[in-house]
Amino acid sequence: MRLTCTVNGTEQQVDDVWEGESLLYVLRERMGLPGSKNACEQGECGSCTVYLDGLPVCACLVAAGQAEGRAIGTVEGLTDGDTGQLHPVQQAFLDAGAVQCGFCTPGLLVATDDLVGRSLAEGRKPADAEIREALAGNLCRCTGYEKILDAVRLAADRMSEAGR
Amino acid sequence: MSAPTRTPSGAPAHLTGAGGGRVGDDAQRPDGVLKVRGEFAYGSDLWMEDMLWGVTLRSPHPYARIRSVDLGAALAVPGVHAVLTSDDVPGEKVYGLELADQPVLAVDVVRYQGEPVALVAADHPETARLAASRIQVDYEVWEPVTDARVALGHPTPDRPDTSPPRDQVHDAPAEVTELSRESAHLHPQGNLVRHLKVRKGDPEPAADVVVVGEYEVGMQDQAFLGPESGLAVPAEDGGVELYVATQWLHVDQRQICSALGLPPERVRLTLAGVGGAFGGREDLSMHVHACLLALHTGRPVKMSYNREESFFGHVHRHPATMRYEHGATRDGDLVYVRAAIYFDGGAYASSTPAVVGNGGTMGVGPYVVPNVHVDCYGAYTNNPPCGAMRGFGSVQTAFAYESQMDALAAELGMDPVELRCRNAMEEGSPTPTGQVIDSPAPVAELLRRLQAMPLPPEAATGDDVDLRDMPGGVSNTTHGEGVRRGVGYAVAYKNVAFSEGYDDHSTARVRLEVVGGEAVATVHTAAAEVGQGLVTVEQQIARTELGVEQVTVHPKDTSVGSAGSTSASRQTYVTGGAVKAACEAVRARVLERARTVVGRPVADLRLDGGEVVSDAEGIAVPLADVLGDEAVEETLEWRHRPTEAVDPETGQGFAHVQYAFSAHRAVVDVDTELGLVKVVEMACTQDVGKAINPQAVVGQIQGGTAQGLGLAVMEEILIRDGRVQNPSFTDYLIPTVLDMPPMRIEVLECADPHAPYGLRGVGEAPNISSGPAVLAAIRAATGLPLTRVPVRPEHLTGT
Repeated sequence: MRLTCTVNGTEQQVDDVWEGESLLYVLRERMGLPGSKNACEQGECGSCTVYLDGLPVCACLVAAGQAEGRAIGTVEGLTDGDTGQLHPVQQAFLDAGAVQCGFCTPGLLVATDDLVGRSLAEGRKPADAEIREALAGNLCRCTGYEKILDAVRLAADRMSEAGR
Repeated sequence: MSAPTRTPSGAPAHLTGAGGGRVGDDAQRPDGVLKVRGEFAYGSDLWMEDMLWGVTLRSPHPYARIRSVDLGAALAVPGVHAVLTSDDVPGEKVYGLELADQPVLAVDVVRYQGEPVALVAADHPETARLAASRIQVDYEVWEPVTDARVALGHPTPDRPDTSPPRDQVHDAPAEVTELSRESAHLHPQGNLVRHLKVRKGDPEPAADVVVVGEYEVGMQDQAFLGPESGLAVPAEDGGVELYVATQWLHVDQRQICSALGLPPERVRLTLAGVGGAFGGREDLSMHVHACLLALHTGRPVKMSYNREESFFGHVHRHPATMRYEHGATRDGDLVYVRAAIYFDGGAYASSTPAVVGNGGTMGVGPYVVPNVHVDCYGAYTNNPPCGAMRGFGSVQTAFAYESQMDALAAELGMDPVELRCRNAMEEGSPTPTGQVIDSPAPVAELLRRLQAMPLPPEAATGDDVDLRDMPGGVSNTTHGEGVRRGVGYAVAYKNVAFSEGYDDHSTARVRLEVVGGEAVATVHTAAAEVGQGLVTVEQQIARTELGVEQVTVHPKDTSVGSAGSTSASRQTYVTGGAVKAACEAVRARVLERARTVVGRPVADLRLDGGEVVSDAEGIAVPLADVLGDEAVEETLEWRHRPTEAVDPETGQGFAHVQYAFSAHRAVVDVDTELGLVKVVEMACTQDVGKAINPQAVVGQIQGGTAQGLGLAVMEEILIRDGRVQNPSFTDYLIPTVLDMPPMRIEVLECADPHAPYGLRGVGEAPNISSGPAVLAAIRAATGLPLTRVPVRPEHLTGT
């Protein structure tokens, strides 16, 4: 089948998609966007988290056909396309030492961007308990999560500061 | 043949970032920007225009004879390019890390559920899977052996009068000998992989107080997130290029060459991005399979396991059953320890011999014990093969010996920390294997510092309860009723680097040259970066030793000599040592050249800030002027001081080059009515000798703590009759951010005079002490003996 959707603001059209393929497979293998990761492909690890019409989802659980006509946002879309400048969430993960093997990182970046964005839109920074709840669907095997929490706090601080 | 590329991410890249930093600084990792941009090329991201996808057909049975295999229906599936079996393996049919006993593809017999039987390459992964499902394999199913003690003919609690060891070989049909399959050996040489004996002191010691315990540790999985994956590309010389996520390129190369019947120069490996390892990538997974398919089809072949296959596609941590007896004086001085330790190695040896070595030689913990009698066994069974996982043989025994120390403290009416400190190893102490600890061993200090840390606030009660802080969380299972708090301590030690006389070395090539007017160093090693941050350490060492800012890390490949394995907490020590030595050799040549330019003796010169500096003269000459157009390059092989094999009858010998020490304090809340555990806080003290990258050191401690906690309360591959019950992240649980508590960490730097910069390997020790601390805390909260991990709710409620 043919699939047409918007990915990171650009319209994409791919042909010969088999109906059984997931959105994750199409992104990774047909659109050349391997940033979203394939750690479990059963919706348990969060490493393939992408935006689907603005809501974070596991791309492995979205059938390719369900993405028809919709807007997808992936980790590749976080970096400023014009300047190449890292998104504050990306920079915070680096500065806090929250990246080790990095396989969980793309999904966590999208989930963090969603959490911090929602919180700041409400005029506040996320509390620790909220951060834990929001990231509970993203497994990380390297860090023990402490530095990920540091990174989320750091990103929220910086984005809050920048938004003033 | 071109290297695998895809847009926008490329093949394994030269890493040049990030922000500088020398030894001792919080330097940022050079692959960090690629990783946060989603552009870092992991093994599963590799892609070529004309590549095929390979999949594996695996045995559904733990133990069976293969009567026949029919490939016809699979070959008939449109889009299929190859279907291969063991007949298509051109070289040696078996491989292995220490013993070559594991078939590349099953030969006549399968010995564990998930054993690879056949391979398919097709133009779409689903086509390949469909074809694999159409391969007809006719199995004669046999009864599996699923208990290590039974496999060895040793008594078990259920079978106290088991007959003596059997002598039947594996392929003599049971019906011929009238023995059940269970009574037959799995391999021709018998079911015993290794028996390590440690004998020290009085064989019949007497003590005032004796405690005996039997302990069991379940099978843990590494559960790295990046799947086993790689891309094999056939080369014009009849060889193959393999891009693969692994822990040791050269040991892979040796085994692949053997299976393919090709010389090393025709099997070239490059490290693809590795999404975590923790020991699970020491053994081959898809390596030979992808090469076979690529050579057979003449096309690049990618293989990438899904999560279920990953649970069958790598070795796990050995489950263990252990019986310990501790004797002490009334004052609390250890008199003796007797232990029998059984590691279930599963169907193939993998690294079981070395795991037995660690379990046996370090099985009494970091304590001074005058009389020791340890028997440590590794056995073949029909359970999944077990091998390396972080902590390697020490994780299991630590649960037992630390539980014993708590039991002994209770028996003596002593504080558990006091008892540990009283018997703690220190510099100059003898080990059970007759070594004398010849560098700092601050075991008591680690414990004292933990004890001095403030405890977290008491749990809230009544209306102040935040459900998110309760065991069971927002499931709303308790508001504090039935909840008991407990505090537990544990301490661990672990050998660093390879032991028992192994020629443990690493190779580094360092090049210094002028690029764009600036002196730039390039570090080339084959040491696998698996997430721990070795690439950062390599840059930091080169910056420190050569006084330059720009350091490029060359892709890891087999065009340079072996770096040894990324395991045993050894790479910063051994490859770090090799990089340091190679830098020193480069520096010596540069300074020799500078001597004539600057006009000062070499002894008066140093490299700093991209310049050759003479402090005496107050002169600084840019390195670029000294080097000119010529690059200075040195390649060095570096070794730590040698160890020796232990005596086969007594276990005595200089077995280990260095020990790492860490201690944990765990605070838990237990809902005693439902058996739910909430870990409230973990505190850790660890001696690292010298923190080369403090931020990364803390990251290792935090991550290791999480994996130890996981084994204590949730992580287990459940096996029933040799079959895995939970091969998914739905059913095999690893800690989430909700399970991990805040951590308090203190890092000590007591330099080891034998090691580069005085450093001590970091990665494994915290994984060893955290779980036993959690277990001790749960025991303190509940008063239950708890002799098995992971602890399940039914163990706490008695239901």
